Amino acid sequence: MKQRKVTILGWAAVVTLAATAFFGIVVTPPDVVQRQYVRFLYLHPPMAWVAYLAFGIAAAASILYLWPKTRRMAFDALALACVESGVLFTGLVVVTGSMWAHPVWGTYWVWDARLTATALMFVLFLGYLALRRVGGSPEQVAKRSAIAALVSFIDVPIVHFSVLWWNTLHQGPSVLTPGLSSQGVHGAMAWTMLLSFVAFTLLFAWMVARRMELERLRLGGTNRSLEEQLAARRAEGVPA
Amino acid sequence: MLRDAWAVFAKDLRIEAKTRVGLWQVLPFAVIALVTFAFALGPGKSALSAAAAGMCWVGVAFSSVLVVGRSQGIEREHGVRTAQRLAGIDPAGVFLGKTGAVAVQLAVIEVVLGAGAVGLLGYHVHRLWLLLVASVLATIGLAAVGTIYGALTGAARARETLLPMLVLPIVIPVLIAGVRCWQAASVSSAPRVGEWLSVLGAFAVIYIAAGVVLYGQIEEVQ
Amino acid sequence: MPGRLESVEAVDVVQVVALDGGFPVLAGVDFSAPRGSITAVLGSNGAGKTSLLRTLAGLTSVASGTGQVLGVSVARPERGLVGRVGLLGHDTGCYEDLSPAANLRFLSRILRADPRRADAVLARVGLTGRLGTTTMAELSAGQRRRAALAQLILRAPELWLLDEPHASLDGDGRALVDSVMEEAAGQGMTVVFTSHDPGGAARVADQVCTMAGGVVTERRDGERRGPHAA
Repeated sequence: MKQRKVTILGWAAVVTLAATAFFGIVVTPPDVVQRQYVRFLYLHPPMAWVAYLAFGIAAAASILYLWPKTRRMAFDALALACVESGVLFTGLVVVTGSMWAHPVWGTYWVWDARLTATALMFVLFLGYLALRRVGGSPEQVAKRSAIAALVSFIDVPIVHFSVLWWNTLHQGPSVLTPGLSSQGVHGAMAWTMLLSFVAFTLLFAWMVARRMELERLRLGGTNRSLEEQLAARRAEGVPA
Repeated sequence: MLRDAWAVFAKDLRIEAKTRVGLWQVLPFAVIALVTFAFALGPGKSALSAAAAGMCWVGVAFSSVLVVGRSQGIEREHGVRTAQRLAGIDPAGVFLGKTGAVAVQLAVIEVVLGAGAVGLLGYHVHRLWLLLVASVLATIGLAAVGTIYGALTGAARARETLLPMLVLPIVIPVLIAGVRCWQAASVSSAPRVGEWLSVLGAFAVIYIAAGVVLYGQIEEVQ
Repeated sequence: MPGRLESVEAVDVVQVVALDGGFPVLAGVDFSAPRGSITAVLGSNGAGKTSLLRTLAGLTSVASGTGQVLGVSVARPERGLVGRVGLLGHDTGCYEDLSPAANLRFLSRILRADPRRADAVLARVGLTGRLGTTTMAELSAGQRRRAALAQLILRAPELWLLDEPHASLDGDGRALVDSVMEEAAGQGMTVVFTSHDPGGAARVADQVCTMAGGVVTERRDGERRGPHAA
């Protein structure tokens, strides 16, 4: 992505985020039941959406990298950028979720399918990043990470159903996401929520673009000195 | 592929028979883990028997990391991987053979832990078929995932801590379903048994397929 | 009477640059070896001899260069060399906890070969009886080398790559390696080996190459064909 486009993206993110904050904090009313805590509506769901988006794109990029015909280092950079941003957003999802849940539900955590799958996603993201630190050439790192991402990805739906069945035995089907389906979201709140989704997606896109650029520079740096390395290598053979 | 798988399977078990690492190191660990859980949760009979299945499966899950670590460890020494790769071994066959060998070793551990559950924790087996089917499927799933990640983390210097971190979250469905099935096996009827078995079955099939398809790429990475 | 002319080169590569972890272990190698020949590669440590062998086996990533190894492009061997190249390196390629016989039995299953051949090969390298059935870990360095050599003989690939095969062997062991290489070449397989002993190497080889700084600096005839070659 050209630098200019990325900068525009960044400014768009700033603007929409500011607008979200303004509408979310100042303009929209507090909820009857949840009072001020309903404002988490403009933080938690959009970040969850971004987290899942990051995971999905990382998995897709990994598949593309593994498929010989579409193997390009850019896909590896994309996957890495998505996971790094994904870790951040997923962590924030879990934290904001707990902050929201405690005053509204009376508990910090519920073992329902969606929350547990999200927490698991966080751990899988961390595992991906840990695995990247294992050394090797860029191609080795890329391939190893892509395989790990793929293997992790196919696990998430299985976990979701397992926890769903595990939990509903005990609690019945009454676990809901606070705020969304119980009273319905309309008017200014709905628009603000939509705005927040757009804002966080733009932010995510900007972070990914910047990170990919960083990765491109990091890899490019090693290649440039190949000529010097070759000359030095050949010089090793010349008797002193 | 299948002939290579059989050769690798037999070779892995022969090495285990000679060195007995699983027998003298992993199995005692599993038993000690079970006993440790018992001390932590007991001595109330009802608490122990309620937790028996869970304790066993956690023990199996932790043991699987050790068994897989050993299974991959023998391939790292003395250039055997390179030699086999040059000789044209089928990576999918290697995956199946190693998964099978790991599964057999885990099965032994499960039998011992199961006996411990019956003897020490008051676990009663009512429907043996359910116990066996669930255990077989779960073991295959654990072995497959472990073998995949064991091969992936092979080059890591911190592989001992990296492997459990990667494997244990992935096998959560197996833990959940395996425990539910063992609990269901101790009563004459229980809800959702079909669903738990399908989770175990799907997990096993998916990860065997993933290993067969991807193991070649994993081996090339090293 | 002209000597046998090999019309097809088993290996013929030009200006190969190979990377290991980003470092150019081969910095522009020109190398060729006719089919059924024995080539010795000399050079001090770090000159790139091992890297040359590994590259010919398709184990390193080639950054640039043209040519072929057994008809397969050296830059992108993909899976074209699988099963056709054998490498005897510093590792034995054998499982420590198994005996040479058990290791060979495993290998012959992979190769879909007759298991009785394994016994014949063990006899060829002098690992008969008790030596064949002792765990690799309990054998001496020379015996372990023989076990590794046995694996290579069993595989009988088109291209034999041996990295300092005479090291850690006594006089009998060195003679065994030489005779095994001679046998292989006689049967039409191509042999490339590295050595620190110029005199000994020249005696058994058709051509002797010297490497330094990741390139081949010198090439001369060996004594195996020598002045008799046409």
